[in-house]
Amino acid sequence: MLKISKLHKSYPIGDSSLHVLKGIDLSVESGEMVAIMGSSGSGKSTLLNIIGMLDEADEGEYILDNVPIKNLTEKKAAIYRNKFLGFIFQSFNLINYKNALDNVALPLYYQGLKRKERIEKGLFHLEKVGLKDWAEHLPNELSGGQKQRVAIARALAANPKLLLADEPTGALDTKTSHEIMDFIQTLNDEGKTILMVTHEEDIASMCKRIVRLKDGVIMEDAFVEQVRASQYV
Amino acid sequence: MFDRDLWREIFQSINMNKTRTLLSGFTVAFAILLFALLFGITNGLLNTFDTAFVDDAKNSIFINSGRTSKASNGLQAGRQIQFENADQEWIKKEFGDKVQYITSRIYLNVTASFRNEKNNYSIRAVNPDHQYLENTKVNYGRYINESDIKNKTKVVVIGRLVEEDLFLKTTAIGKYLNLNGIQYKVVGVFSDDGGDNEERLIYMPVSTAQQIYGNNDHIDQINLTYNPDMNFDAAIGFSNMLTRKLKERFLVSQNDQRAIRVRNLANESKAVDQMTFILGILVLVIGFGTLIAGIVGISNIMIFIVKERTKEIGIRKALGAAPKSIVLIILLESILITIIAGFVGLLLGMGILELVGPSLEKYFIKDPSVSLNLVIGATITLIIAGGLAGYVPAKKASRIKPIVALRDD
Repeated sequence: MLKISKLHKSYPIGDSSLHVLKGIDLSVESGEMVAIMGSSGSGKSTLLNIIGMLDEADEGEYILDNVPIKNLTEKKAAIYRNKFLGFIFQSFNLINYKNALDNVALPLYYQGLKRKERIEKGLFHLEKVGLKDWAEHLPNELSGGQKQRVAIARALAANPKLLLADEPTGALDTKTSHEIMDFIQTLNDEGKTILMVTHEEDIASMCKRIVRLKDGVIMEDAFVEQVRASQYV
Repeated sequence: MFDRDLWREIFQSINMNKTRTLLSGFTVAFAILLFALLFGITNGLLNTFDTAFVDDAKNSIFINSGRTSKASNGLQAGRQIQFENADQEWIKKEFGDKVQYITSRIYLNVTASFRNEKNNYSIRAVNPDHQYLENTKVNYGRYINESDIKNKTKVVVIGRLVEEDLFLKTTAIGKYLNLNGIQYKVVGVFSDDGGDNEERLIYMPVSTAQQIYGNNDHIDQINLTYNPDMNFDAAIGFSNMLTRKLKERFLVSQNDQRAIRVRNLANESKAVDQMTFILGILVLVIGFGTLIAGIVGISNIMIFIVKERTKEIGIRKALGAAPKSIVLIILLESILITIIAGFVGLLLGMGILELVGPSLEKYFIKDPSVSLNLVIGATITLIIAGGLAGYVPAKKASRIKPIVALRDD
């Protein structure tokens, strides 16, 4: 599904540069649910962004679904992002002037689907996250948990191969966090590959595998017993 | 270009971001409004200058006589100089093709009546050439002609307002007007851009007036236009020469400023031309200034809009938007707003000019108006400028890595 080898990334800071990722090797199989952990500055978000093609690596190899991701033109990257990846952000990143349905249907717009089809699919995914009745509401009329569910529906809408979540519960309270995690686990149960960045141990323990980063290298990579979020809900 | 979904996106964005839309729309509308108003007002000033002199042909020379103020050739001061028909003939012969049109004028005041309507009017007894000197427009019928002069016919050409006053709603042509007890046939009705006073005049053949009111061949004033091929200096030279020769002919001292007075409009029209030229430059400066202000305004707003939408651009890119679609969505939105706002500004500007225009006449602004093409041109300039000003930041924003765009919230 996903194979990364010898990945390097540094950011220029003034005259010097900050070496964030120092040779990452990681492969993820289809159907996995992986948590990437690490303290702030460990490079976990950078890694996720490179995987998400939101950022580019300086060095190393990255193969996604047998497609080498290298020297992409903007247009190509846009097509790949749309086809392969679904994003879930800590701050939801919904477009605030679009209602829930339009937000969910946006990736479908960039896939070139007809409006009717977009609405149909959008509603289907909204229903899946339990927000069909909120389709016409604007993001600022929704609670944090609802916003994240809309964001998840949006990430699912284009039927991506890989779901990338950057601290998906970072802006939510414990109860809502567990609800969202429960939902993400259900998606994984249905076969979706999920990669998430988190710094919370209890959230990480709800994944099936934990990759620990420190100072730009992988310290530990272990499969764990998955804690089901449903027991807290 | 016509992609329904794209336009739906744009309209949604316009609809849901009212402040932004109003802000940019206001800037454009205001720029176009100012452009139209300033241009209109300056045009109004120009019109005032033009009409102040359209009354008479610009190459007119007026010759008046008076009493001598200096003794000369053995004659005492205080002698009345009186022009006669022969003097007009002499000028024609003496100066040949330097004279374009020439006419005599006799001034009279009469009480004119038709049936029960009665009023006092000024009469100008003239030659046929007078029509061209005075820029008289004959609405119906004809002007005084040579055969009237020769036959001393009792005909009059009356001003539009005379017809209105005396003949009420009927036509005056062919009817007989009573001037101090003598019947004159109305052969023509005229209008004149020189204003209401000019349209309350009555013209009659100079020979008729001489026979009926004086039985002599006296003339009050001689008006002529010089050959329009002459430049300013030649025109001034001509009128100086004319003055000198007339003074010789009437044995008047060359230093006598009162006995024979020659007024050459070239002097005045030169000043007017200069003023018009300066006003024209002023119009250009104002127009360009307003446009540049508008361009700067719309550019600023475009940069602000792109900045404000950076995060949205990041989201769209993360969801699979190609850079081209980002540029397109921003540009089309701004162009659409500019077109609509420009049109609003245009309508407002022209509407205001139309509404307040008539009441500005007392401030020397006549018919302030601006050509539609000009305003549309200005609007298109703004649209192109707004497009360019939007394109650069939009292009830049479309190249931002989504992660950078998404970072700051």
